[in-house]
Amino acid sequence: MSTAELHTLTGAYALHALPEGEQLAFERHLGACEACAQEVRELSATAARLGLAVSATAPPALRERVLREITTVRQEPPPHGRSTPAAASPRRRAGRWPVYALAACLAVSAVLGGVAVRQHQAVQDARQEAQRAQRHDAQVSRVLAAPDARTATAALEGGAQGTVVVSRSVNRAVFAASGLPRPSGGQVYQLWFDDGGTMRSAGLVETPDTDGTVLMDGPVDRASGMGITLEPAGGSPRPTTPPLGLMGFPAA
Amino acid sequence: MREAVHISGVRSAGPDLRELLVLVARGDQDAFRQVYDQVSGPVLGLVRSVLRDPAQSEEVAQEVLVEVWRTAPRFQPSRGSAMNWVLTLAHHRAVDRVRSAQAAALREHKAALLDRTPDFDQVSEQVEARLEREQVRRCLRTLSELQRESVTLAYYRGLTYREVGELLSVPLGTIKTRLRDGLIRLRDCLGVNA
Repeated sequence: MSTAELHTLTGAYALHALPEGEQLAFERHLGACEACAQEVRELSATAARLGLAVSATAPPALRERVLREITTVRQEPPPHGRSTPAAASPRRRAGRWPVYALAACLAVSAVLGGVAVRQHQAVQDARQEAQRAQRHDAQVSRVLAAPDARTATAALEGGAQGTVVVSRSVNRAVFAASGLPRPSGGQVYQLWFDDGGTMRSAGLVETPDTDGTVLMDGPVDRASGMGITLEPAGGSPRPTTPPLGLMGFPAA
Repeated sequence: MREAVHISGVRSAGPDLRELLVLVARGDQDAFRQVYDQVSGPVLGLVRSVLRDPAQSEEVAQEVLVEVWRTAPRFQPSRGSAMNWVLTLAHHRAVDRVRSAQAAALREHKAALLDRTPDFDQVSEQVEARLEREQVRRCLRTLSELQRESVTLAYYRGLTYREVGELLSVPLGTIKTRLRDGLIRLRDCLGVNA
Protein backbone atom coordinates (compact mmCIF):
# COMPACT_ATOMS: atom_id res chain seq x y z
CA MET A 1 0.00 0.00 0.00
CA SER A 2 1.34 3.44 -0.88
CA THR A 3 2.01 6.14 1.70
CA ALA A 4 -0.82 8.24 0.34
CA GLU A 5 -3.18 5.31 0.70
CA LEU A 6 -1.97 4.65 4.23
CA HIS A 7 -2.65 8.24 5.15
CA THR A 8 -6.33 7.89 4.33
CA LEU A 9 -6.56 5.18 7.01
CA THR A 10 -6.36 7.64 9.93
CA GLY A 11 -10.15 7.67 10.26
CA ALA A 12 -10.57 3.90 10.12
CA TYR A 13 -7.71 3.49 12.60
CA ALA A 14 -9.18 6.00 15.07
CA LEU A 15 -12.47 4.06 14.95
CA HIS A 16 -10.69 0.68 15.40
CA ALA A 17 -12.13 -0.31 12.04
CA LEU A 18 -8.97 -1.82 10.54
CA PRO A 19 -8.56 -5.59 10.33
CA GLU A 20 -5.60 -6.78 12.39
CA GLY A 21 -3.01 -7.06 9.60
CA GLU A 22 -3.73 -3.61 8.24
CA GLN A 23 -3.72 -2.17 11.72
CA LEU A 24 -0.15 -3.38 12.28
CA ALA A 25 0.99 -1.98 8.91
CA PHE A 26 -0.61 1.34 9.70
CA GLU A 27 1.00 1.51 13.15
CA ARG A 28 4.42 1.04 11.53
CA HIS A 29 3.61 3.91 9.19
CA LEU A 30 2.46 6.07 12.12
CA GLY A 31 5.86 5.87 13.72
CA ALA A 32 7.33 7.60 10.66
CA CYS A 33 4.57 10.11 9.93
CA GLU A 34 4.13 12.85 12.52
CA ALA A 35 1.29 14.46 10.55
CA CYS A 36 -0.61 11.17 10.59
CA ALA A 37 0.06 10.71 14.31
CA GLN A 38 -1.34 14.16 15.04
CA GLU A 39 -4.40 13.48 12.91
CA VAL A 40 -4.93 10.14 14.67
CA ARG A 41 -4.78 11.87 18.07
CA GLU A 42 -7.43 14.36 16.99
CA LEU A 43 -9.67 11.78 15.38
CA SER A 44 -9.35 9.43 18.37
CA ALA A 45 -10.41 12.27 20.66
CA THR A 46 -13.34 12.85 18.30
CA ALA A 47 -14.28 9.15 18.44
CA ALA A 48 -14.21 9.31 22.23
CA ARG A 49 -16.84 12.04 22.04
CA LEU A 50 -19.07 9.57 20.21
CA GLY A 51 -18.50 7.30 23.19
CA LEU A 52 -19.35 9.95 25.78
CA ALA A 53 -22.58 10.65 23.93
CA VAL A 54 -23.96 7.21 24.84
CA SER A 55 -22.98 7.37 28.50
CA ALA A 56 -25.14 5.23 30.80
CA THR A 57 -25.64 4.89 34.53
CA ALA A 58 -23.62 2.03 35.99
CA PRO A 59 -25.39 -0.10 38.62
CA PRO A 60 -24.02 0.04 42.21
CA ALA A 61 -23.25 -3.71 42.13
CA LEU A 62 -20.70 -3.12 39.35
CA ARG A 63 -18.93 -0.56 41.50
CA GLU A 64 -18.68 -3.03 44.37
CA ARG A 65 -17.34 -5.79 42.11
CA VAL A 66 -14.72 -3.56 40.49
CA LEU A 67 -13.53 -2.02 43.75
CA ARG A 68 -13.27 -5.47 45.30
CA GLU A 69 -11.41 -6.90 42.32
CA ILE A 70 -8.74 -4.19 42.14
CA THR A 71 -7.58 -5.00 45.66
CA THR A 72 -6.35 -8.34 44.27
CA VAL A 73 -4.97 -7.14 40.91
CA ARG A 74 -1.34 -6.20 40.60
CA GLN A 75 -0.60 -3.04 38.61
CA GLU A 76 1.86 -2.93 35.73
CA PRO A 77 5.19 -1.32 36.55
CA PRO A 78 5.72 2.10 34.94
CA PRO A 79 7.35 1.79 31.50
CA HIS A 80 11.07 2.58 31.38
CA GLY A 81 12.74 5.50 29.67
CA ARG A 82 9.78 7.81 29.67
CA SER A 83 8.74 10.83 31.63
CA THR A 84 6.27 10.03 34.35
CA PRO A 85 2.75 11.30 33.88
CA ALA A 86 3.31 13.84 36.64
CA ALA A 87 6.14 15.42 34.66
CA ALA A 88 4.11 15.77 31.50
CA SER A 89 3.39 19.08 29.89
CA PRO A 90 0.89 21.21 31.80
CA ARG A 91 -0.15 22.74 28.48
CA ARG A 92 -2.82 20.15 28.03
CA ARG A 93 -4.59 20.91 31.26
CA ALA A 94 -6.28 24.08 30.14
CA GLY A 95 -9.08 23.68 27.69
CA ARG A 96 -9.29 19.92 27.61
CA TRP A 97 -12.80 18.56 27.34
CA PRO A 98 -14.31 21.99 27.72
CA VAL A 99 -17.87 20.76 27.47
CA TYR A 100 -17.17 18.00 29.91
CA ALA A 101 -15.86 20.47 32.44
CA LEU A 102 -19.02 22.49 32.14
CA ALA A 103 -21.04 19.32 32.40
CA ALA A 104 -19.34 18.40 35.64
CA CYS A 105 -20.41 21.72 37.17
CA LEU A 106 -23.92 21.26 35.92
CA ALA A 107 -24.05 17.69 37.22
CA VAL A 108 -23.31 18.80 40.76
CA SER A 109 -26.33 21.04 40.70
CA ALA A 110 -28.49 18.07 39.81
CA VAL A 111 -28.27 16.92 43.42
CA LEU A 112 -29.88 20.15 44.62
CA GLY A 113 -32.47 19.95 41.89
CA GLY A 114 -33.51 16.43 42.79
CA VAL A 115 -34.60 17.44 46.27
CA ALA A 116 -36.67 20.36 45.06
CA VAL A 117 -38.33 18.28 42.38
CA ARG A 118 -39.51 15.65 44.85
CA GLN A 119 -41.03 18.28 47.13
CA HIS A 120 -42.64 20.00 44.22
CA GLN A 121 -44.14 16.88 42.76
CA ALA A 122 -45.73 15.95 46.06
CA VAL A 123 -48.19 18.80 45.62
CA GLN A 124 -48.68 18.59 41.87
CA ASP A 125 -50.80 16.46 39.69
CA ALA A 126 -48.29 13.92 38.49
CA ARG A 127 -49.36 13.76 34.89
CA GLN A 128 -49.51 17.49 34.41
CA GLU A 129 -46.10 17.78 35.98
CA ALA A 130 -44.64 15.16 33.66
CA GLN A 131 -45.95 16.97 30.61
CA ARG A 132 -44.63 20.26 31.84
CA ALA A 133 -41.24 18.72 32.57
CA GLN A 134 -41.12 17.22 29.11
CA ARG A 135 -41.77 20.55 27.41
CA HIS A 136 -39.31 22.23 29.74
CA ASP A 137 -36.78 19.54 28.99
CA ALA A 138 -37.15 20.02 25.26
CA GLN A 139 -36.58 23.75 25.65
CA VAL A 140 -33.48 23.21 27.76
CA SER A 141 -32.20 20.84 25.07
CA ARG A 142 -32.84 23.39 22.36
CA VAL A 143 -30.70 25.93 24.19
CA LEU A 144 -27.88 23.48 24.99
CA ALA A 145 -27.77 22.18 21.43
CA ALA A 146 -28.10 25.52 19.65
CA PRO A 147 -25.21 26.20 17.27
CA ASP A 148 -24.77 29.64 18.86
CA ALA A 149 -24.95 28.41 22.48
CA ARG A 150 -22.43 30.34 24.56
CA THR A 151 -21.48 29.73 28.17
CA ALA A 152 -20.31 31.88 31.04
CA THR A 153 -19.47 30.91 34.58
CA ALA A 154 -18.79 32.89 37.70
CA ALA A 155 -18.12 32.31 41.35
CA LEU A 156 -21.16 33.16 43.47
CA GLU A 157 -21.17 34.44 47.06
CA GLY A 158 -20.48 31.65 49.52
CA GLY A 159 -18.27 29.51 47.27
CA ALA A 160 -20.94 28.32 44.82
CA GLN A 161 -20.39 28.40 41.08
CA GLY A 162 -22.99 29.53 38.57
CA THR A 163 -23.09 28.65 34.89
CA VAL A 164 -25.32 30.15 32.25
CA VAL A 165 -25.78 28.89 28.70
CA VAL A 166 -27.38 31.44 26.38
CA SER A 167 -28.51 31.08 22.79
CA ARG A 168 -29.43 34.24 20.91
CA SER A 169 -31.09 32.29 18.11
CA VAL A 170 -33.37 30.40 20.53
CA ASN A 171 -33.62 33.61 22.58
CA ARG A 172 -33.55 31.65 25.84
CA ALA A 173 -31.02 30.96 28.57
CA VAL A 174 -30.37 28.03 30.92
CA PHE A 175 -28.88 28.47 34.38
CA ALA A 176 -27.24 25.96 36.70
CA ALA A 177 -25.32 26.33 39.93
CA SER A 178 -23.15 24.00 41.91
CA GLY A 179 -22.61 24.26 45.64
CA LEU A 180 -25.54 26.63 46.15
CA PRO A 181 -26.63 26.30 49.80
CA ARG A 182 -30.30 25.71 50.61
CA PRO A 183 -31.90 29.07 51.27
CA SER A 184 -32.92 29.61 54.88
CA GLY A 185 -36.62 29.46 55.74
CA GLY A 186 -38.87 31.82 53.85
CA GLN A 187 -36.28 32.70 51.23
CA VAL A 188 -35.84 31.68 47.63
CA TYR A 189 -33.26 32.17 44.89
CA GLN A 190 -34.46 34.43 42.10
CA LEU A 191 -32.88 34.87 38.66
CA TRP A 192 -32.75 38.15 36.74
CA PHE A 193 -32.00 39.28 33.23
CA ASP A 194 -29.86 42.40 33.14
CA ASP A 195 -31.43 44.79 30.59
CA GLY A 196 -28.75 47.44 30.53
CA GLY A 197 -28.73 47.86 34.30
CA THR A 198 -32.46 47.20 34.84
CA MET A 199 -33.14 43.81 36.40
CA ARG A 200 -36.02 41.82 34.87
CA SER A 201 -37.20 38.74 36.77
CA ALA A 202 -36.30 35.43 35.10
CA GLY A 203 -38.10 33.25 37.63
CA LEU A 204 -37.30 31.42 40.85
CA VAL A 205 -34.94 28.50 41.37
CA GLU A 206 -37.55 26.36 43.09
CA THR A 207 -38.75 24.08 40.31
CA PRO A 208 -35.62 23.13 38.43
CA ASP A 209 -36.14 20.44 35.88
CA THR A 210 -35.31 16.85 36.65
CA ASP A 211 -31.57 17.19 36.19
CA GLY A 212 -31.12 20.45 38.01
CA THR A 213 -30.84 22.92 35.18
CA VAL A 214 -33.23 25.86 35.18
CA LEU A 215 -34.67 27.32 32.03
CA MET A 216 -34.75 31.04 32.73
CA ASP A 217 -38.24 32.53 32.40
CA GLY A 218 -38.82 34.81 29.45
CA PRO A 219 -36.85 35.73 26.35
CA VAL A 220 -33.24 36.87 26.47
CA ASP A 221 -33.97 39.74 24.05
CA ARG A 222 -31.46 42.51 24.59
CA ALA A 223 -30.28 41.39 28.05
CA SER A 224 -26.52 41.72 28.40
CA GLY A 225 -26.22 39.42 31.39
CA MET A 226 -27.96 37.83 34.34
CA GLY A 227 -27.89 37.86 38.11
CA ILE A 228 -29.10 35.81 41.07
CA THR A 229 -30.37 37.10 44.42
CA LEU A 230 -32.01 35.76 47.57
CA GLU A 231 -35.58 37.03 47.86
CA PRO A 232 -38.51 36.50 50.23
CA ALA A 233 -40.65 33.45 49.37
CA GLY A 234 -42.65 34.05 46.23
CA GLY A 235 -39.98 36.31 44.75
CA SER A 236 -39.87 40.07 44.24
CA PRO A 237 -40.67 42.34 41.30
CA ARG A 238 -37.26 44.01 41.78
CA PRO A 239 -34.16 42.68 43.57
CA THR A 240 -34.28 43.53 47.28
CA THR A 241 -30.86 42.16 48.24
CA PRO A 242 -27.35 42.54 46.79
CA PRO A 243 -26.68 40.00 44.03
CA LEU A 244 -24.97 36.73 44.96
CA GLY A 245 -23.53 36.75 41.47
CA LEU A 246 -23.67 38.62 38.18
CA MET A 247 -22.64 37.22 34.81
CA GLY A 248 -22.31 38.97 31.49
CA PHE A 249 -23.47 37.00 28.46
CA PRO A 250 -20.58 36.17 26.12
CA ALA A 251 -20.70 37.80 22.70
CA ALA A 252 -22.14 35.52 20.01
CA MET B 1 -16.76 25.45 10.53
CA ARG B 2 -16.28 25.31 14.24
CA GLU B 3 -19.40 25.77 16.28
CA ALA B 4 -18.58 24.27 19.63
CA VAL B 5 -19.99 25.74 22.80
CA HIS B 6 -17.22 28.02 23.95
CA ILE B 7 -16.49 28.00 27.60
CA SER B 8 -13.95 30.17 29.23
CA GLY B 9 -12.36 29.74 32.60
CA VAL B 10 -14.45 26.78 33.65
CA ARG B 11 -12.84 24.24 35.89
CA SER B 12 -14.40 20.92 36.57
CA ALA B 13 -16.05 20.87 39.99
CA GLY B 14 -14.49 17.50 40.85
CA PRO B 15 -10.79 16.64 40.92
CA ASP B 16 -9.09 16.49 37.55
CA LEU B 17 -9.29 13.02 36.01
CA ARG B 18 -5.75 13.25 34.73
CA GLU B 19 -4.36 14.07 38.17
CA LEU B 20 -6.37 11.22 39.68
CA LEU B 21 -4.97 8.74 37.15
CA VAL B 22 -1.46 9.79 38.10
CA LEU B 23 -2.31 8.87 41.70
CA VAL B 24 -3.90 5.60 40.57
CA ALA B 25 -0.67 4.77 38.75
CA ARG B 26 1.01 4.87 42.16
CA GLY B 27 -1.47 2.40 43.62
CA ASP B 28 -3.86 4.87 45.25
CA GLN B 29 -7.16 2.98 45.64
CA ASP B 30 -8.93 6.05 46.95
CA ALA B 31 -8.11 7.92 43.77
CA PHE B 32 -9.30 4.93 41.76
CA ARG B 33 -12.70 5.15 43.45
CA GLN B 34 -13.00 8.73 42.20
CA VAL B 35 -11.83 7.73 38.74
CA TYR B 36 -14.43 4.97 38.77
CA ASP B 37 -17.19 7.43 39.59
CA GLN B 38 -16.24 9.65 36.66
CA VAL B 39 -15.69 7.00 34.00
CA SER B 40 -17.96 4.05 34.81
CA GLY B 41 -21.05 5.58 33.16
CA PRO B 42 -19.30 6.46 29.89
CA VAL B 43 -17.53 3.06 29.83
CA LEU B 44 -20.69 1.03 30.40
CA GLY B 45 -22.69 3.12 27.92
CA LEU B 46 -20.09 2.71 25.19
CA VAL B 47 -19.61 -1.02 25.76
CA ARG B 48 -23.36 -1.54 25.76
CA SER B 49 -23.81 0.37 22.53
CA VAL B 50 -21.37 -2.03 20.84
CA LEU B 51 -22.35 -5.30 22.52
CA ARG B 52 -26.09 -4.75 23.12
CA ASP B 53 -26.39 -7.66 25.55
CA PRO B 54 -26.73 -6.10 29.07
CA ALA B 55 -25.11 -8.94 31.05
CA GLN B 56 -22.19 -9.29 28.65
CA SER B 57 -21.79 -5.50 28.62
CA GLU B 58 -21.46 -5.33 32.39
CA GLU B 59 -18.91 -8.13 32.31
CA VAL B 60 -16.80 -6.33 29.69
CA ALA B 61 -17.22 -2.97 31.46
CA GLN B 62 -15.87 -4.61 34.62
CA GLU B 63 -12.85 -5.93 32.69
CA VAL B 64 -12.21 -2.48 31.25
CA LEU B 65 -12.44 -0.73 34.62
CA VAL B 66 -10.07 -3.23 36.22
CA GLU B 67 -7.75 -2.74 33.24
CA VAL B 68 -7.77 1.01 33.96
CA TRP B 69 -6.44 0.18 37.41
CA ARG B 70 -3.91 -2.35 36.13
CA THR B 71 -2.50 -0.29 33.27
CA ALA B 72 -2.77 3.23 34.75
CA PRO B 73 1.06 3.46 34.80
CA ARG B 74 0.92 3.27 30.99
CA PHE B 75 -1.29 6.36 30.65
CA GLN B 76 0.61 9.21 28.96
CA PRO B 77 -1.09 12.59 29.33
CA SER B 78 0.92 13.97 26.41
CA ARG B 79 -0.93 11.64 24.06
CA GLY B 80 -4.46 12.69 24.90
CA SER B 81 -6.94 13.24 27.68
CA ALA B 82 -7.62 10.71 30.43
CA MET B 83 -11.22 10.18 29.34
CA ASN B 84 -10.02 9.57 25.80
CA TRP B 85 -7.56 6.95 27.06
CA VAL B 86 -10.22 5.15 29.10
CA LEU B 87 -12.80 5.18 26.31
CA THR B 88 -10.22 3.93 23.81
CA LEU B 89 -9.54 0.96 26.11
CA ALA B 90 -13.28 0.36 26.43
CA HIS B 91 -13.88 0.53 22.70
CA HIS B 92 -11.01 -1.88 21.95
CA ARG B 93 -12.32 -4.41 24.45
CA ALA B 94 -15.88 -4.19 23.23
CA VAL B 95 -14.85 -4.43 19.59
CA ASP B 96 -12.58 -7.43 20.25
CA ARG B 97 -15.45 -9.19 21.95
CA VAL B 98 -17.98 -8.48 19.24
CA ARG B 99 -15.84 -8.92 16.15
CA SER B 100 -15.42 -12.66 15.88
CA ALA B 101 -19.07 -13.36 16.56
CA GLN B 102 -20.20 -10.59 14.30
CA ALA B 103 -18.22 -11.65 11.26
CA ALA B 104 -20.17 -14.89 11.12
CA ALA B 105 -23.51 -13.26 11.69
CA LEU B 106 -22.93 -10.35 9.33
CA ARG B 107 -24.49 -11.81 6.22
CA GLU B 108 -27.57 -13.04 7.99
CA HIS B 109 -28.19 -9.89 9.93
CA LYS B 110 -27.42 -7.36 7.27
CA ALA B 111 -30.85 -5.80 7.40
CA ALA B 112 -30.94 -5.75 11.17
CA LEU B 113 -27.58 -4.01 11.39
CA LEU B 114 -28.55 -1.35 8.89
CA ASP B 115 -31.68 -0.69 10.85
CA ARG B 116 -29.91 0.02 14.08
CA THR B 117 -29.14 3.51 15.18
CA PRO B 118 -27.25 4.42 18.34
CA ASP B 119 -29.28 4.19 21.51
CA PHE B 120 -29.32 7.87 22.19
CA ASP B 121 -32.55 7.53 24.15
CA GLN B 122 -31.61 4.80 26.59
CA VAL B 123 -28.76 6.66 28.14
CA SER B 124 -28.34 8.38 31.44
CA GLU B 125 -30.17 11.65 31.86
CA GLN B 126 -27.36 13.41 33.67
CA VAL B 127 -26.64 16.83 32.30
CA GLU B 128 -23.10 15.95 31.39
CA ALA B 129 -24.25 13.06 29.24
CA ARG B 130 -27.00 15.13 27.81
CA LEU B 131 -24.79 18.03 26.79
CA GLU B 132 -22.48 15.59 25.06
CA ARG B 133 -25.33 13.83 23.37
CA GLU B 134 -27.00 16.99 22.10
CA GLN B 135 -23.74 18.24 20.66
CA VAL B 136 -22.78 14.95 19.07
CA ARG B 137 -26.25 14.46 17.65
CA ARG B 138 -26.24 17.94 16.17
CA CYS B 139 -22.79 17.45 14.70
CA LEU B 140 -23.65 14.02 13.27
CA ARG B 141 -26.43 15.75 11.35
CA THR B 142 -23.85 17.90 9.59
CA LEU B 143 -22.32 14.76 8.00
CA SER B 144 -23.42 13.35 4.67
CA GLU B 145 -25.56 10.24 4.96
CA LEU B 146 -22.73 7.96 3.85
CA GLN B 147 -20.27 9.60 6.23
CA ARG B 148 -22.69 9.25 9.12
CA GLU B 149 -23.60 5.65 8.35
CA SER B 150 -19.97 4.65 7.94
CA VAL B 151 -18.79 6.32 11.13
CA THR B 152 -21.63 5.06 13.31
CA LEU B 153 -21.50 1.49 11.96
CA ALA B 154 -17.76 1.36 12.59
CA TYR B 155 -17.83 2.96 16.01
CA TYR B 156 -21.10 1.92 17.61
CA ARG B 157 -21.27 -1.52 15.95
CA GLY B 158 -17.59 -2.36 15.97
CA LEU B 159 -17.46 -3.21 12.26
CA THR B 160 -14.26 -3.11 10.22
CA TYR B 161 -14.24 -0.78 7.24
CA ARG B 162 -14.43 -3.87 4.99
CA GLU B 163 -17.59 -4.98 6.74
CA VAL B 164 -19.01 -1.48 6.48
CA GLY B 165 -18.27 -1.46 2.74
CA GLU B 166 -19.88 -4.85 2.25
CA LEU B 167 -22.92 -3.85 4.26
CA LEU B 168 -23.45 -0.60 2.39
CA SER B 169 -22.32 -2.03 -1.00
CA VAL B 170 -19.82 0.81 -1.36
CA PRO B 171 -16.21 0.41 -2.64
CA LEU B 172 -13.61 0.04 0.13
CA GLY B 173 -11.62 3.09 -0.94
CA THR B 174 -14.74 5.20 -0.60
CA ILE B 175 -15.46 3.88 2.89
CA LYS B 176 -11.92 4.63 4.07
CA THR B 177 -12.23 8.16 2.77
CA ARG B 178 -15.70 8.69 4.26
CA LEU B 179 -14.53 7.44 7.69
CA ARG B 180 -11.73 9.97 7.56
CA ASP B 181 -13.56 13.00 6.18
CA GLY B 182 -16.61 12.22 8.32
CA LEU B 183 -14.51 12.23 11.49
CA ILE B 184 -12.72 15.39 10.37
CA ARG B 185 -16.04 17.14 9.94
CA LEU B 186 -17.16 15.90 13.38
CA ARG B 187 -13.88 17.04 14.90
CA ASP B 188 -14.36 20.54 13.52
CA CYS B 189 -18.01 20.71 14.53
CA LEU B 190 -17.26 19.55 18.09
CA GLY B 191 -14.22 21.79 18.38
CA VAL B 192 -11.93 18.90 19.36
CA ASN B 193 -8.27 19.74 19.64
CA ALA B 194 -5.59 17.28 20.60
